[in-house]
Amino acid sequence: MNAIASASSAVSASELSIHLGHGADRFEAVQKVHFTIRPAEFICILGPSGCGKSTLLGALAGHLKPSHGQLLVNGHPVGGPGPDRGMVFQQHTLFPWRDVIDNVAFGLKMRGVQKLERRNQAKEILQLVGLEGFEKRWPSQLSGGMQQRVEIARVLVNRPSLLLMDEPFGALDAQCRMEMQQLLLSIWARIRTTVVFVTHDIDEAIFMADRILVMSPRPGRIIEDLRVNFPRPRHTEIVTSPDFMHLKRHCLELLRHEPGRALPRLSPLGLPAEQELQAVI
Amino acid sequence: MATASSPTNPWLRIILPSLSLLACLVLWHLAATYKLDLGLVSFVYVPPPAAVAEAAWNLATSPKLLPHLGSSLGRVFAGYFAAAVLGVGIGLFIGRWKSLESILLPPLEVLRPIPAVAWIPLAILMFPSSELSMIFITFTGALFPILLNTIHGVEAVDKRLVASARSLGAKPWAILREIILPGAAPSIITGLSIGMGTSWFCLVTAEMVSGQWGIGYYTWESYLIRRYPDIVVGMLLIGVLGMGSSFLIKSTGRFLIPWYHLRRNV
Repeated sequence: MNAIASASSAVSASELSIHLGHGADRFEAVQKVHFTIRPAEFICILGPSGCGKSTLLGALAGHLKPSHGQLLVNGHPVGGPGPDRGMVFQQHTLFPWRDVIDNVAFGLKMRGVQKLERRNQAKEILQLVGLEGFEKRWPSQLSGGMQQRVEIARVLVNRPSLLLMDEPFGALDAQCRMEMQQLLLSIWARIRTTVVFVTHDIDEAIFMADRILVMSPRPGRIIEDLRVNFPRPRHTEIVTSPDFMHLKRHCLELLRHEPGRALPRLSPLGLPAEQELQAVI
Repeated sequence: MATASSPTNPWLRIILPSLSLLACLVLWHLAATYKLDLGLVSFVYVPPPAAVAEAAWNLATSPKLLPHLGSSLGRVFAGYFAAAVLGVGIGLFIGRWKSLESILLPPLEVLRPIPAVAWIPLAILMFPSSELSMIFITFTGALFPILLNTIHGVEAVDKRLVASARSLGAKPWAILREIILPGAAPSIITGLSIGMGTSWFCLVTAEMVSGQWGIGYYTWESYLIRRYPDIVVGMLLIGVLGMGSSFLIKSTGRFLIPWYHLRRNV
């Protein structure tokens, strides 16, 4: 029965652990997590900084290799990175040497699509994220919010079955962040792909998700699987509703941790900056 | 840096620099005509600017100019071209694959501190013609700045860009072509530009020792046959050629990576 369940689910993880670092510095970033995600579900992984939520995302993308357990995407074990699992980082991962349209068309180029055809498809996706007219700009000429729109478009052009997002709006100001959240939800309403969205922002998680997986501080475990039942399409007004407040209070309690235990932020590629990449498949 | 503080005032941009150059010319003229002797350094044999100008005109109208220029340019481009291809090629692979770095870099690190001039005797013994040995000297001069800047550029490429490309379906060759090469391009162009300067420097030295034609040879020959104004003409010509070819590399570079300069100015 378990096998049938994992075959029909978009993602299934069982007994999944991920270790980072080398030798004496090696530690367990994600510990024995177990969850399944249904196709077209919008999942938020919520947790404090350094809890291993991005690490989990990195494993789904195929940038990090699990040390124990099983991780299936569409019924198959994750090998390496691939265009079926699109990844959006927090910021600055557009190719600075490509203009907007060629950034978006990159995935199609890798698949061998002809130039004219890929430009046409890229244009369509750019319309979807509200960036028509910006095709010829360089990434550095765009605002942070526009850059993230291009990032999303660049991933969507591959029609991924799984959209992985690592705090994609974390670097944006509050106003822009809300706009982007609504934009993402409206895109998702149209293309209905499975989304795994990592955030440490409780409001963001509740506003966006069908389900929230709450993670504990290191070692990262899933301590709660919360269903969010607000009807869609969702509007910003729900943020002030009693149900929303109730959920938020619950999340705050879950995330409350002892003071003085702030951990360095991890990334989907393993340890932060100067420390070397671990186990890139 | 220069662009950020560059004055728009024509007085600072054109007039003052021109006056400074003119003042140097006047000082040179005075020192040379009055045969200034400071004990430590003497201007007794230094030709005045007018004599140099006359010598330059003579060279410009002489049939020897083209063979001299042609030989030097040919050698520089042959040696520099080989250094550019090898330096960028090897640099990309060393920067990308750590195991290659351990294999290829140690012998190169041993050779690197040896100045090109020190190669001259051995180069003459190693190569069948003096022409080839001079090209080799030019090559060694240009290779290391190009190689090291390429390696540095490749290693500085943001790992997240590589990860993004992999997630978008790029295979190793595509990553090298689409991410590593353009990512390292600003550093590579810096290396190519420095390499152009050093290859001229090395060529002139090589030509002084074992040339028949070439600007370096012309300069040295002028000393041997005591045509002192010609020495200065040779020196200036070397400067102009070196500067010109470095400028060529830089402007080609700017043309190739427009996104980079734009980002710096934002």
